[in-house]
Amino acid sequence: MNNGPLAGIRVTEFTSAWAGPYATCLLGFLGAEVIKVESRRRLDHARNLSFSTGRRFSGPNESSVFNNLNLNKKSVTLNLSKPKAVEIAKQLVRVSDVVMENMRPGVIPRLGLGYEVLRDIKSDLIYLSSSSCGQTGPEREYVGYAPTFAALGGVSHITGYEDWPPSNFMGSMDLRSATTSTFVILAALIYRQRTGEGQYIDLASQETIAVLAGDLFLDYFMNHRVAGRKGNKDEVLAPHNCYRCQGEDNWVSIAVATDEEWQALCRVMGKPELMEDARFSSSKGRLKNQGVLDEIINQWTMDRDYYEVTKVLQEAGVGSAPSLSSEGLFQDPHLQARGVYFQVDHPVMGKDWVVGPPWRFSETPARIQRHSPLLGEHNEEIFGQMLGLSGEEMAELEKEEVIY
Amino acid sequence: MTPRALEGMKIVEYCNMVSGPYCSKLLADMGAEVLKIEPPHTGDDSRRRGPFPGDIPHQEKSGLFLYLNSNKKGLTLDVKKPEGKKIFKKLVEKTDVLIEDRPPGELEALDLGYEKLKSLNPGLIMISITPYGDRGPFKDYKAYQLNTVHVSGQGYLLPIPALDMDRPPVKVGGHSSGFDVGLVAVVAVTAAFYWKVLTGKGQYIEMSKQEALMSMQRVESVTFANDQVVISRGGDQVRRMPGGIMPCKDGYIVVVMPEEHQWQALVKLIGDPEWAKEDGCQNALVRSENAGQINEWIMEWTMQHTKEEIFRRGQALSCPIAPVNTAEDIYHSEQFKARNFFVDLEHPVLGKIPFPSSAYRFSKTPWQLVQAAPMLGEHNEEIYGRHLGYSNEELAALKNEGVF
Repeated sequence: MNNGPLAGIRVTEFTSAWAGPYATCLLGFLGAEVIKVESRRRLDHARNLSFSTGRRFSGPNESSVFNNLNLNKKSVTLNLSKPKAVEIAKQLVRVSDVVMENMRPGVIPRLGLGYEVLRDIKSDLIYLSSSSCGQTGPEREYVGYAPTFAALGGVSHITGYEDWPPSNFMGSMDLRSATTSTFVILAALIYRQRTGEGQYIDLASQETIAVLAGDLFLDYFMNHRVAGRKGNKDEVLAPHNCYRCQGEDNWVSIAVATDEEWQALCRVMGKPELMEDARFSSSKGRLKNQGVLDEIINQWTMDRDYYEVTKVLQEAGVGSAPSLSSEGLFQDPHLQARGVYFQVDHPVMGKDWVVGPPWRFSETPARIQRHSPLLGEHNEEIFGQMLGLSGEEMAELEKEEVIY
Repeated sequence: MTPRALEGMKIVEYCNMVSGPYCSKLLADMGAEVLKIEPPHTGDDSRRRGPFPGDIPHQEKSGLFLYLNSNKKGLTLDVKKPEGKKIFKKLVEKTDVLIEDRPPGELEALDLGYEKLKSLNPGLIMISITPYGDRGPFKDYKAYQLNTVHVSGQGYLLPIPALDMDRPPVKVGGHSSGFDVGLVAVVAVTAAFYWKVLTGKGQYIEMSKQEALMSMQRVESVTFANDQVVISRGGDQVRRMPGGIMPCKDGYIVVVMPEEHQWQALVKLIGDPEWAKEDGCQNALVRSENAGQINEWIMEWTMQHTKEEIFRRGQALSCPIAPVNTAEDIYHSEQFKARNFFVDLEHPVLGKIPFPSSAYRFSKTPWQLVQAAPMLGEHNEEIYGRHLGYSNEELAALKNEGVF
C-alpha cells in the first residue's frame, strides 16, 4: 500500500487542462488518493489535444499528455449540469479532505458546489480555486491558459532576444501555477492538522508567474527601469551564453563568474594569450566585451561535441553544460543513471514514458503507482463501493446522463 | 492576531542566491521561523547582485536579496571554524528543517552530513538542493543558473518560437528558473513536515535542480521518448495551431484557442472577416494545416488595434486573449491593484517601497509581510545570546575570532 507522506488524505478535484490536474497529481505522487470528477459532456482538453506537439487525439484515453499529468488518480464521470450529479459530488466531498477546482470563476458556485455550500457538508474542508486572474477584481472572469497568464504575469516580455518579439509560453507555464497550488494545499493541511480548521484559498495563475520576477518589480520601483529581453545575458557574469557545437542545433552553455574561471577557460581553449588581453582581465571588461568573447568561444566549440566541451571545462573548474532538447534529455547519461524517466503500462496506449517525481525522500518516497485513469474508470468503485449506489441505481443514472 | 498557516515550524537555511532562499521565503511568508545563515562580512551573494537604487551597490539594498529573504531572521556564521560548527549543530538540534545547497559532500567533510545531524536531532528534515543531485556521473559538475536551465531542457522546451536558429537557445528571463527550483523544493519540505507533524519523524530529501526544472516541462520532456518528436525551439509543432504572440499597434498580444467556441469568438472579435468563411478555417484540423496563413490574417487586424482594446473586447467575447505585460504594466493593472498584489515594505535603510506579495489568498491564514529581509547578522545577538545562551563576553570573543 501507499505510504507517502499524504497517505490517508483524499482529494476530490473538478479540474481540467494542466494547472489543476498537475497540482493534484503531485499530491498523488505524495500518497494522497485523488478522485478526478470529469464528464464526456465537456472533456478535459488534455484528453483531446497536445499543446506541446499540436497533436489531436481520436479518443479520450489516448493522450500521453493527460497520462503524464494525471498519474495515480481515479476518474469518475458526472454531468454537473444535472442536479442529481451535484448531489453525488457532494457525497464525495463529505468524505474528502481537499477539493480543488479550476473552472472559470463563478461557474462552480452556480453549479451548487461553491465553498460556502461544501463547507456546510464538511466543516474542515480545504478548498482551492485556481483561476487565471483570481476570484476577485474586475478581470476575474477573464479566460486564459498558459500563454495568456505568462503574458499577463510578465515572463513573456522578458524572455527572448532584445530584437525579437516576446516569447510565447505553452502549457508548461501551467505547471508553475500547479506546483504553487500543491504547496498551498500542503500548508493548509498542516494548519488543519494543528487547529482542526479548514479554509478557502483563491489562487491566481497570472500571479504565480509574476512572483517569479520579484526582483524585476523592485528594479522598476527603485530605478523606474522596465526590464526587457536580453537573451542569455547576465548582469554580472560573462561569458554567459550558449555556444554552437557539433551536430544539428546542438549548443553548450558556459558561464564564467570569476577571474580564475576565466583563466581556466582560456587555458582549456588553448588561448593563454587572452589572459593577457586587458579587455578581458576584469569581470567588468568581460561583460563589456562579451560579444567579442562569444565569437572567440564559438570558434573553439563549433567542431566539438557538447559533452566533450562540458567535460574538459568541468575538469578545469568552469561551469558548463549541454543545452538539451527533448531528445537530449531522454538520452542524457546522468538522467539515465538517476532513473528519471519511467515507463507506465497504459491499457489503451501501451507503454508510455513519463517523468518521475522530482524529489527523493528517504522515508516516504514519492511514487508513480499506476497509469492515469480511463474516462470514468472508477465509477463502479467510487459510486458503488464507496458511496453505496446499487447497480440498478447506477444504470439508471447513466441512462439519465447523470453519470456521464 | 491573524493566524499563520505555518506558525511554529522552525527552519534553518544554509543557502545562497535564489533557489534555496526562495524555498524558505515561501515558508517564512506563511509564518515559519526561518534562521538564515550567511557567511560573515560578505553575506549571501545576492546582496551583491542588483537591482540597487541608483545602481549603487549596497549590501542592505539589493532588490533580489530583499525579495528573497522577507520575513526571515539573519545570522552570520563561519561554519568552517570549530566554534562555528558547534553553533551550527546547536541550531540544527532545535530546528524542524534544514535547507541547504552546498555542493555534494561538503557538509559531510565538515562532519555535518545528514547522518551526523540526525544523531543530534532524530526528527530533523533535511533537504539538499544541488545542481545534479548527490549521485550520478555529473554530480560534482559546477553549474550556475544558466547551466542548470539549459541542461534541464528549458532552452528548447520553453520559450518559443526562435526566429533564427543560428542564434542560441535562450533561457527564461530574469531569475525565473532559480525561483522554479525553490518552488519545487518547498512542496517536498511541506509534505515532509506534514508527515513529521503526524508521526514525529524526520527524513532526508535529495533534490537536483536539473530534475526540479524538468518537472516543470514534464509533458514536453517525454515527446521524444513516446513519439520520437523532437520539439523544435523554432515552434514548428506549435505553429500548427493558429494564435500565439502577435504585434499590435502599441506592443504585443497573445491569443490561444483550444476550444472551437474560442475560435468563433476570435472571428467575431475581428468582425466576421471573409477569410474566416473559407474551407481552410472550418474546423480545428484544417485550421492547423493553414495556421501560418490564418495568423497572417489575424495579424493584419491586430496591427490596427491597441493591446488594451484587443484585450477588453476579446475577453468580453470569452476569447482567451491578453496583452504582453511589462513590470510597469503589471504595477498599473487594475486587476493586480484590486487584489492588493503589491504591499508596502518598510525597510530601515531603504525606506518605503512597494513589494510583490503572493499568488494566493487564504481565508484564514493570509500571506503577511511581517518584517523586511534581515540586515547582515541582524539577529546574531537575539539567536546566539537569548536563544542559544551565549553570554555577551562569549559573543564578543566569537566575533573577534571571526565566527560571525
